[in-house]
Amino acid sequence: MTLTLAFGQLRYVNKAFWRNPPAAFFTFAFPLMFLVIFTSLLGHGTVDLGTRSINVSTYYVASMGAFSLISACFTNLALSISFQRDTDILKRLDATPLTRAAYFTSRVVHALFISILLVAITAAFGAAFYHASIPGGVTLLRFVIVLLVGGASFSALGVAATIAVPNANAGPAVINALILPLLFLSGIFIPLGNHAPAWIMWVARIFPVRHFALGMQSAFVGTSFHWSDVLVVALWGLGALLVAARYFRFEPRR
Amino acid sequence: MHLPATSVEDIDLAIRVSGLEKSYGAVRAVRGLDLEVSRGEIFAILGPNGAGKTTTIEILEGYRTRDRGEVSVLGVDPGTHRRDLKARIGIVPQSASSDPFLTVEETLQMYAGYYRTPRSVDELLRLVGLEEKRSSRVQRLSGGQQRRLDVAIALVGDPELLFLDEPTTGFDPSARHEAWSVVRSLAQLGKTVILTTHYMDEAQHLADRVAVVAAGRVVALGTPDTLGARDVSMADIRFRHDITAVPSSFEPASDDSGYVHVRATDVTRTLYELTRWALEHDVELEGLQVLRPTLEDVYLRLVADAEGATT
Repeated sequence: MTLTLAFGQLRYVNKAFWRNPPAAFFTFAFPLMFLVIFTSLLGHGTVDLGTRSINVSTYYVASMGAFSLISACFTNLALSISFQRDTDILKRLDATPLTRAAYFTSRVVHALFISILLVAITAAFGAAFYHASIPGGVTLLRFVIVLLVGGASFSALGVAATIAVPNANAGPAVINALILPLLFLSGIFIPLGNHAPAWIMWVARIFPVRHFALGMQSAFVGTSFHWSDVLVVALWGLGALLVAARYFRFEPRR
Repeated sequence: MHLPATSVEDIDLAIRVSGLEKSYGAVRAVRGLDLEVSRGEIFAILGPNGAGKTTTIEILEGYRTRDRGEVSVLGVDPGTHRRDLKARIGIVPQSASSDPFLTVEETLQMYAGYYRTPRSVDELLRLVGLEEKRSSRVQRLSGGQQRRLDVAIALVGDPELLFLDEPTTGFDPSARHEAWSVVRSLAQLGKTVILTTHYMDEAQHLADRVAVVAAGRVVALGTPDTLGARDVSMADIRFRHDITAVPSSFEPASDDSGYVHVRATDVTRTLYELTRWALEHDVELEGLQVLRPTLEDVYLRLVADAEGATT
């Protein structure tokens, strides 16, 4: 029943997404734009990842793949749900037999769908212009697991983050304040290399962004894959799910 | 309307509330409210802001928990059976919106998908008069059109009971009359309608019965014509004449606009005596009128009394 409802709902989530061109455009354009900008600015050197040294441009394909999933699942979902909550759309849905589980399933599945599209575009772009390898075989399977676990976890974190959003106008500020510093401290925009300050490495180790990015790297760059990275991301997702289940409200805070 | 004796099994009642209480911190929003609404009735709840109207409605809808009291909506407790109730009630909230990027038709189809036996979308569009807007995006609708879409959304699950929370606030007069005709057509479908409003004329036009809520309680209950003993309370007879010529036995009073006023409990008798005096003395009672207190007069008096009693 919940699944039928969720997939019925998915059609409308998708329609509404594409009919808001600025949001759809930025979701898709940002990762590619950043990829081109960063590689143009910094893409001529190499970056040390443990014992290996790889092209910065290839590094950015993996980073921007991670960034695009985080944008679609965390940032987009948090902003869109805050907006729906603030405009009483959620309160009205809550008055219908649409279950909360079905609503969230439709939102998360859609965010995952957009993420996979984005990561595929980034990978194709990276393979065409920046020598990134397209994963295949066992690597592809692991890559899909990283994507699904990452997508589910960052979606749960996005839903949990809306609890910190007092109203939809404050949404972009609050959500970016939560995620942007972490993206920098996790080496998404500027590679951490082997010589980053210890406190930054600790922040990167604790939060899920770097672990997720490492998972993406193993697929695109061929660095070693660790299940522990997937586990950390999954644990964060589980924690976020519990927080959201306890504190998420369908009504605006007024 | 005569109400039958109540029992939990009573299938003629859509809503039964007794001794309802709800506080927000130190604020006692609802203080022992009793209410019974029959099936098929259009029932209006009037009251000033902060009287506990919306809190009461939201407890009935299942949005809020209650502190104390008995509540039965369509035979079940909304506090414990909210899920069952969701398929059987429709809600037009005070402030509502739906996804701005979907069309009117898509929006209704989406909501229809949540129910086992939804009404047909075409039929709903006809009922609320949005057939020509079916392909318009919600963001391009006028305020009145959006409100009509709200009503259509509330009806899509073919509910037995409909809550309308200030349905026409912010409407222009013609949009209000359109909305009223929609509500009347709902009653013809056999729905029970609970309506909150600030507009006396809305209650007068639509409601079978009216409850005035003030300071968290029902302070008066009746049909719009009999509320607060409006039909039997003292009437005001007025006409234009020289007040010194009117016999003092009528206890006439004058006002600024040149009318003479005569207060009457027994209107028929007083009017007969007045007109007999006029005919005998060949006096023309220019602009003769019998005035009853309006629903608004009664409402304002009831609310002032209730608020005076609690402060």
